[in-house]
Amino acid sequence: MKPKVYINGISSISAQTTEKEENPISYHKNIFPALSPNYKEFIKPMALRRMSKAIKMGISSSKVALNETNTEIPDAIITGTGEGCKQDTERFLENLIDQQEELLSPTSFIQSTHNTIGGQIALNLGCKNYNVTYSQNSASLESALLDAELQLLETSVKKSVLVGGVDELSENITQFRALDGQLKSVDIHNLDLWKEDSPGTITSEGAHFFILSTEKNNNSYAEFKGISIKNSIQPEKINAEVEIFLNKNNINAAAIDAVLLGSNGDNRYDHYYKNLQQSLFKDIPQLGYKHLVGDYDTVSGFALYSACKILKSGRIPSVLKLNTSTPKELKSILIYNQYLGRDHSLILLSAV
Amino acid sequence: MLKMKNLQAELKESIIEQLNLEDMKPGDIENDEPLFGDGLGLDSIDALELIVLLEKDYGIKLTDPAQSREIFGSINSMAEFIEANRTQ
Repeated sequence: MKPKVYINGISSISAQTTEKEENPISYHKNIFPALSPNYKEFIKPMALRRMSKAIKMGISSSKVALNETNTEIPDAIITGTGEGCKQDTERFLENLIDQQEELLSPTSFIQSTHNTIGGQIALNLGCKNYNVTYSQNSASLESALLDAELQLLETSVKKSVLVGGVDELSENITQFRALDGQLKSVDIHNLDLWKEDSPGTITSEGAHFFILSTEKNNNSYAEFKGISIKNSIQPEKINAEVEIFLNKNNINAAAIDAVLLGSNGDNRYDHYYKNLQQSLFKDIPQLGYKHLVGDYDTVSGFALYSACKILKSGRIPSVLKLNTSTPKELKSILIYNQYLGRDHSLILLSAV
Repeated sequence: MLKMKNLQAELKESIIEQLNLEDMKPGDIENDEPLFGDGLGLDSIDALELIVLLEKDYGIKLTDPAQSREIFGSINSMAEFIEANRTQ
């Protein structure tokens, strides 16, 4: 029999504080940074000095999630990152030009690879267990979650898996999104994201880590029921695809109590979400989050983090609500995300 | 003597900048303090940075990696080696 998988620890570093969720911070920029915790609480100064923000956020976030479950060494570390360590990549490339390809600083080269974050988490913890990084655009965290689920389901040896997603802003590479028309052409207020009827979105950075385990405990947030990733779906088929996923997980749409959508205000692609809002999930609470934390490759970590908190507390923060429906109960939440009409992902959680 | 003192001060500033030794000032590093291990606590990545620094700033190319252990022992040993071998 397939064992159940639980989410026992969660953590979030984003452009919003976790304390003031009903009074979100307003930004009037289309690119805004994550709020940094005091990294010195998590990382020794000699190690901290050469780390880029992605590494600092990744280690700090993973340590918070581990602390929640009193786990010192996880049985696996699985990281998702869409664009990896962009700051060190830029530093290395700039160095390459300035130094005419000679006498390059090794640090930025060593730390420019995508798997630096997972590697540095392992070094910090002294963890020599399974360590893999997935980089699959906006399905990177989902790919890591899928692996985490398989790690737990395929072997009874692994008890706790640390899984998370990290992406950072950088001065130039992030601007490529603007050049490609992925960001709004004029600065908007993030909290007005859905009032804008225009192409593009807003972007930011963050880190979200989770402890998945086959053992339930008093701190368990939710049961991780299933995940699905599809590279492409026709807009008119999104309702049918969701139903197929729900059927596979032995639940029907009527039993979903809230749907957490990745709507990002891009009028070229938000119809995927609208198709669900107007059809399959028209009578249940519809929630959104990208007006708070922007859109980036692993931002669905914020959705998973928020869904875990909702299921544990039994309360939906009003700042997430896209409609006025109130749930009869809060037992099952579906998370749906896509970016530029690609990398569609579904995550199903249930209350424990 | 003054030349050597200036070189030692210059080295401390370069090391702090190149190795991102935040919250550290040149006066915090003693000339005879070990740079690696129990002293300043530098590691193998720092050693690579110091090899690049020697070549970039003083035109010294280290051909024998075993040499680096002795040369990078302290600010004193680095300054003496640079003074004896610099090409720029």
